[in-house]
Amino acid sequence: MSNNSDYKELEALARKGRWLAISTVAGSGAGHVGGPFSAMDLLVALYFRVMNIKPEDPGWEDRDRFILSKGHSSIGQYAVMALRGYLPIEELKTFDKGNSRLQGHPDVTKLPGIDTSTGSLGQGLSVGLGFALGARLRGKKFHTFVVLGDGELQEGMVWEALHIAPRYKLGNLTAILDWNGLQQFGWVLAVNEQHRGDRRDPWGGVDLRGIFEKLGWRCIEINGHDFSQVVPALQSVKASGESDQPTMIIAHTVKGKGVHFTEGKHEWHSKVATKDELRIIAKELGIEEAIA
Amino acid sequence: MKALRDVFGDTLVALGWTNPNVLVLDADLANSTKADKFAIAYPDRFLQMGIAEQNFVGVAVGLASLGFVPWLSTFTVFFTHRAIDPIRMLVAQTRANVKIGAAYSGILTGLTGKTHQDVQDIAIMRAMPDMTVLAPADAIEGEAIIRWATDFQGPVYLRLARDASPNLFDESYSFVPGKTISLREGSDVLLISTGPQSLRCVKAAELLEADGISAGVLHLPSIKPINKEEVVSASEKAKLVITVEEHTIYGGLGGLVAEILSEASPRKVVRFGIDDRWGESAPNDYLLDLFQMSPPRLSERVKTLVR
Repeated sequence: MSNNSDYKELEALARKGRWLAISTVAGSGAGHVGGPFSAMDLLVALYFRVMNIKPEDPGWEDRDRFILSKGHSSIGQYAVMALRGYLPIEELKTFDKGNSRLQGHPDVTKLPGIDTSTGSLGQGLSVGLGFALGARLRGKKFHTFVVLGDGELQEGMVWEALHIAPRYKLGNLTAILDWNGLQQFGWVLAVNEQHRGDRRDPWGGVDLRGIFEKLGWRCIEINGHDFSQVVPALQSVKASGESDQPTMIIAHTVKGKGVHFTEGKHEWHSKVATKDELRIIAKELGIEEAIA
Repeated sequence: MKALRDVFGDTLVALGWTNPNVLVLDADLANSTKADKFAIAYPDRFLQMGIAEQNFVGVAVGLASLGFVPWLSTFTVFFTHRAIDPIRMLVAQTRANVKIGAAYSGILTGLTGKTHQDVQDIAIMRAMPDMTVLAPADAIEGEAIIRWATDFQGPVYLRLARDASPNLFDESYSFVPGKTISLREGSDVLLISTGPQSLRCVKAAELLEADGISAGVLHLPSIKPINKEEVVSASEKAKLVITVEEHTIYGGLGGLVAEILSEASPRKVVRFGIDDRWGESAPNDYLLDLFQMSPPRLSERVKTLVR
């Protein structure tokens, strides 16, 4: 299989993942859309091409670890995990419904395959640091991936972890910044101000790459929706797990990516699609069974 | 007689010898908390995490998931106030096997003042589902509890006083979670306490005896879990129940005892402690007098209620 046809397969999975996420949120009557959509291609690449995992044995001790630090995007992770075989796709309907393994935010005590609980923002990278440090102490070769939102970079705890991780030379730790440039409400744009979304990018004009590098992180910048950039970047950091620098993959993304009217719109941070909208979404994502 | 912080350092060194999974994470206070003893003994298992208490809680959760037994060490106030959200979400909600070594608890914090005195930690931590909350009185109980907590699977909050107090217990002591310990029997009043304040209650009871007042003392090293029946049966033997704690009187030990008795055996409970105010920088003797917790001031205050 050529790279191109492989990426086509991943693109199809990402469209399915987006459909499962937004239709599940519609079924539950609440949930997030914008963040799951911006992270979807990263999640698909990790679960289908990068991470060393066994969906049939989710607690396998040598598995690569994954933390969705921006835990409110949980439905995106659940959708990809369902596609990957961790849970039946049918089970997505239980999301947020009570007595479900699929809590509003990922819960390590409920769903096998979740490596730590997240939800209160800014905490995931610290646990990832613990996984990576523990792997080094145990002599284990697994890699730890942590997806961070750019909004949650406003939490101070993230910067505690960003400062400490390079001191322990953790080449087996990779943070992926889903830099979609929007948060739940954020700051309004000034007149004539241009940003990626309909609100001001919380880190617009800030040299985050320079800051991360000065703190001791190796940085790779990619378009977070282009599998020809996402997959090689993620595979390269895995290959350099023995190195003495943690990596920050700065993924430039679009909030709500994948459907024209959700892209770049802060109100789609968490919003329930109407039936009419779902028909349009299904068509754009090429989900035939939903259109019929 | 040995300071509880020295007991902390020494016991971890001893445990580190037999249990290679024991790690110590420090937030840059190891030479105050005496975690530095572990750093000298096992430099590879001592992890300096810098002045960043939220992060080190998260790191410990990651380490615990790989079978390590991480002991976190810093001052009490930084756990229960600065790092409480990761303690809540990452440690308690996931029942992570993380041990919280809360040093410099209570008001006797070595001239650091109200910024470093945590008068709310018992209230905060005992309201936390899945958290075990323990407060040893002396060096012997401290060592027993640190050993027990290391073997126990699950989160433990250990409330450790900074300074030394004379031993209450001898080498026959063994820790049982939930169990209360009667240090002294008495029929007029029962003083219920925890941590090193229990010894000051015993001394106050001796002063009261000279004045013809029979005071019992019940020590609660285990705030959570707690054997409610033992609290009830001890309380029923006395005419008046008084709780005494180096802590706010809201929601801590006094709250615990009042909750138990109001449901199981309603009676008057008087709560001694810190009444809705902050502490200050001062020597221990000054603070114990100020808050009426030194044996003489405590016995005087009890007398006004019993007479």
